[in-house]
Amino acid sequence: MIQFLIDGLINGAIIALGAVGLSISYNVMRFANFAQGEVMAVGAYISLAFVAMMGLGIGRIGPVSFGWPLLVSMMFSILITAIVVLVTDQLVFRMLREKESSRITFIIVAFGLSLIARNVITLIAGGDQQFLSFYIPRAVEVFEGVKIVPDDMLILLITVVCVIGLHTFLNQTLMGKKMRSVAENPSLARVIGINVDHVIKGSWVLGASLAAISGTLHAHITQLDPEMGFELILSMFAALIVGGVSSLYGAVLGGLLIGISEALAVAVGWSSYRGAVSFLILILVLVLRPEGILGEKERDA
Amino acid sequence: MNQTSKENLLEIKSLSAGYSSQVNIIRDISLWVNEGEILTILGPNGAGKSTLIKSLCGLLRFTSGSILFRQNEIIGLKTHQIISQSIAYVPQTNNVFSRLSVEHNLDLGSLANPQIHDQRLEHVFELFPDLKRFLGKKAGILSGGQRQMLAIARALMSAPAMLLLDEPSAGLSPLFRRQVFEHVKKIKESGVTVLMVEQNAKAALKVSDRGIILSDGKLRLEGAADELLESPEIGEIYFGTQAMSSK
Amino acid sequence: MLEFLSFPVFFLIICSFYAISCLGLNIQYGFTGLFNVGVAGFFAIGAYTSAILSGPKYPDTLIGGFELPILVAWLAALVTSAIIGLLVGLITLRLREDFLAISTFGIAITIQLVALNLESFTRGPNGLYGLPKPLSGWSEDPAVDNILFLMICFVILLALYLSLERIYKSPWGRVLRSIREDEFAAESMGKDVFSYRLQAFVLGCAIMGLSGAMYANFMRFISPQDFMPIFTIQVYVMLIAGGKGNNLGAILGALMIWGLWSASDSLIALLVTPDFQTQAAAMRLVVIGLVLILMLLYRPAGILPEKKNVSFLKD
Repeated sequence: MIQFLIDGLINGAIIALGAVGLSISYNVMRFANFAQGEVMAVGAYISLAFVAMMGLGIGRIGPVSFGWPLLVSMMFSILITAIVVLVTDQLVFRMLREKESSRITFIIVAFGLSLIARNVITLIAGGDQQFLSFYIPRAVEVFEGVKIVPDDMLILLITVVCVIGLHTFLNQTLMGKKMRSVAENPSLARVIGINVDHVIKGSWVLGASLAAISGTLHAHITQLDPEMGFELILSMFAALIVGGVSSLYGAVLGGLLIGISEALAVAVGWSSYRGAVSFLILILVLVLRPEGILGEKERDA
Repeated sequence: MNQTSKENLLEIKSLSAGYSSQVNIIRDISLWVNEGEILTILGPNGAGKSTLIKSLCGLLRFTSGSILFRQNEIIGLKTHQIISQSIAYVPQTNNVFSRLSVEHNLDLGSLANPQIHDQRLEHVFELFPDLKRFLGKKAGILSGGQRQMLAIARALMSAPAMLLLDEPSAGLSPLFRRQVFEHVKKIKESGVTVLMVEQNAKAALKVSDRGIILSDGKLRLEGAADELLESPEIGEIYFGTQAMSSK
Repeated sequence: MLEFLSFPVFFLIICSFYAISCLGLNIQYGFTGLFNVGVAGFFAIGAYTSAILSGPKYPDTLIGGFELPILVAWLAALVTSAIIGLLVGLITLRLREDFLAISTFGIAITIQLVALNLESFTRGPNGLYGLPKPLSGWSEDPAVDNILFLMICFVILLALYLSLERIYKSPWGRVLRSIREDEFAAESMGKDVFSYRLQAFVLGCAIMGLSGAMYANFMRFISPQDFMPIFTIQVYVMLIAGGKGNNLGAILGALMIWGLWSASDSLIALLVTPDFQTQAAAMRLVVIGLVLILMLLYRPAGILPEKKNVSFLKD
């Protein structure tokens, strides 16, 4: 019982982190970014590339097999993923904004980009599964029957740090306040002198950074393959909507909820339907409370 | 109308603007705004008043003619570039961020030069002492009148040379309506030039220096506020046959 | 004797399946502006419904062996897809358009999982085989079977095309387009936007289901492999390249894109050594993604643009 809760929590933490990244583009850029899963995959593969280049493995710190080589790789990954995303924005999405394309066009383009990204990854890195390291982390029994992997605890910690950091950023910094203003009412943001294009670029960088972190963490405890992001995106969307799209903590809560439900499905032997679990919860929430658990009713400005 | 003295803060020359390339909502409008005055733009619904004020902020896609602010052309600039030239604009509706706190709303007003933030905040609180009480509250809980105050206060946070107000009294209770015009007067006295669009002709002209009347996208009448108040023509253009004293 | 025809006939039959799905999507995306990411899902629902109802009894499934006439199975496929479409539509069409996209994406994934895992109905990855094919067995030559099947496809395609053209020009179709152009204006004219959207969505899903059913009874074998998300993307590329909103464009797009796709198939088989097949396949998917994006950026109206009515606000 407690064991699957812990498993679900770890899975949920990664979904939550991904969903938080997704919520930034959803709120600031106002479309469902179907390519966010691929941004995670790109981040994971860039981390892998740096780990491989440094040739030092992933290192260890104390009981945790997440040493400085992996940490440094992840930092580089954040940087490069952000650049990749900014270039894509410049080449593709900026044009759609200038043409004032419909929200649907944005979503279709994101869908196309996710297809391209998956296959570019296949072209460069091959279609097979790969691993950041072959080290199998050892579980520590903390209570009777309850085993905890130190690396999993680190993932929880990183998620908590990211969420607190993001909260502080959005509430304390000027850029954060600008992002929230654009998220609520882009036309008002524009007329009070905010350079909306800058803010959108900033939120791409923020979303890409979170994706690079969550992608790397996901790769660290599982493996990498070109489809990894595509397999996560439905869970992330479900987390976002279940929690409430306009709320940062909603995405976190939704992520944990989805993660635990998926673990529960595995525990009762429905592991092959794992992917459908998030969809069922999503539909349930859309029927009962479409604004999400922590969401406010939509007021389109 | 040909006056080009140095004290012109804003000068508009044969401006036409609209949302599509074929249909101009305002046509061939020329006017100027003196430094330190309140100029009110009046006119019936659909006359193009809001379009005029929006075109000043670069919000219309199709604009021709010339808009000089401090002798510099601002047509073709992006909205945020225009606003950073010490022009501030308060839209008519949806003009506060209701999910943000009052304090954060005000913070967003002083983007152009954040170093004046604290000093401006003091100034704004002198004008609108009420806002102090709500500082940490979400702007969404404010009443209509309080929102209007907040929107104007946020505009003043940038220490603008010129304030553009789009129907500041629309939808307010009579009490708040009076207050808004009093505030506009105080804002002028603090050295800010005000260009305001209004429906409330009489109340607006009372605090204004000059007025302009638009109808059908064209400039019909221009003159000193007290003259316009007395003018019989205004009633005709503005209300058709109805006399304006009924307002 | 008819062998030289066998490839073009096969090609045109597959094209018709895409073209019919494309016409279904055109009602949703082209006419009404609804973004359905689950085209493959509704296609699969139709295929499995028809396969289970018309197919033989398998030793390892719980239900089946109904061996109903194909026409009945096809109608049932149409209705089943419509019902699933109705359920999804009822839940999501009142909400932001992204929610429809996400939910239909979820439907497609869920249907794939069901097809893969609900073995007592679908035989999982082994698929359903031995499905009956309409009008078959008239001649010794299997090529004749296919020619006859192609006739069926043409008749259905033509009937659909003509009805959709009428629908497009009808008052009902005009309301759909006005919703696409300006939802609030349509609402202020007293139109029940939700109900119109729902009707358009359900109609589109039903047509996709029909094309899936036709596919099942033509191939005589279906498995979850046939209903991958790439199918959805292909249909979108076809519709956008051909001209969204234009029924003829939808058909032309299907012909064109499927032509390019099969040509690249042959090219890859011919030119690429087995070691690089994976890369070549990936390269092709990159190209199709690029086509989609470049069309939307530079030629969003497609090759046969929709003739817009003058009354629409447009700048």
